[in-house]
Amino acid sequence: MTNGILLSSVADVDFMVHGIFPYQFFGHTVWITTTHICLLIVLLVLIGFAIAARIAMKRATEVPGKFQNLVEMIVEMLDNVVKGVMGKNAAKFLNYIGTIFIFILICNISGLFGLRPPTADYGVTLPLGLLTFTIIHYNKFKHQKVKGVLKGLCSPWPIWAPINIIGDIAVPISLSLRLFANVLSGTVMMALVYGLLRAVAIVWPAALHVYFDLFSGAIQTYVFCMLTMTYITDAIGDDEA
Amino acid sequence: MEFNENFVLGCSAIGAGLALIAGIGPGVGQGIAAGHAAAAVGRNPGAKSEITSTMLLGQAVAETTGLYGLLIGMILLFVKPLV
Repeated sequence: MTNGILLSSVADVDFMVHGIFPYQFFGHTVWITTTHICLLIVLLVLIGFAIAARIAMKRATEVPGKFQNLVEMIVEMLDNVVKGVMGKNAAKFLNYIGTIFIFILICNISGLFGLRPPTADYGVTLPLGLLTFTIIHYNKFKHQKVKGVLKGLCSPWPIWAPINIIGDIAVPISLSLRLFANVLSGTVMMALVYGLLRAVAIVWPAALHVYFDLFSGAIQTYVFCMLTMTYITDAIGDDEA
Repeated sequence: MEFNENFVLGCSAIGAGLALIAGIGPGVGQGIAAGHAAAAVGRNPGAKSEITSTMLLGQAVAETTGLYGLLIGMILLFVKPLV
């Protein structure tokens, strides 16, 4: 028995990642999946928006037009969020935080447009968590030096070092799993509604879309960026205060 | 003794159901956070936006343990590691 009683065997319910076509990569068979395609679409949209924004800002006027106003509003909003959390360290991280904020937000709400959200694939969220992890530890070593890092590792007593190391490793895992599981649960729920309740799924799933895609997606984006900023601020410490 | 596949699948489904008991904790925790936030807004209505954003952040972090349970349930049902 291969499928049996499980939901995944119901033909209508579909939320898995599908392989589109395989190719050979140094002797390994690697699949191009729906995640790659959705990611590509999201990136193309973002790049298109970025080029349009660049053109608009080159012809920027004193009294902003509609599009210029929108771009300025987005940038100002992101800057204010980052400055509110990171204070004097904000300038260096405005770009990174703004970029991942827009990227994750568009990924999360792409479910509204019929795509399978790329962030509902652990292969997308884990690199985001690892990026944060790298930045945290780069800044830790840069600002606290090796001595400070060792001191932090051995607090309150040297015997706690293994626990502190596990705590450090858990950061990217919990960050990425939180985002992944939230978006995945929304995707599964929508697939169940559209698959099993197909006969009565008229108009009212829109309310579920608002909750699972817009609200939950925006909250998780905010949380991911907020935690990233908090961890980085923590790693920098206040050596330059 | 050899267990057949259906038996293991059934037990996996029961395990997935049990794993989702993890949802109780975040539910209680988020409720407590929302209650205290409501009390805080009552005491200091001027700080409403700040209280709301702090509450949402705390709730989203508290939700993590429940999501781990959800992930275990999903893995049991769809990845079928025990079969």
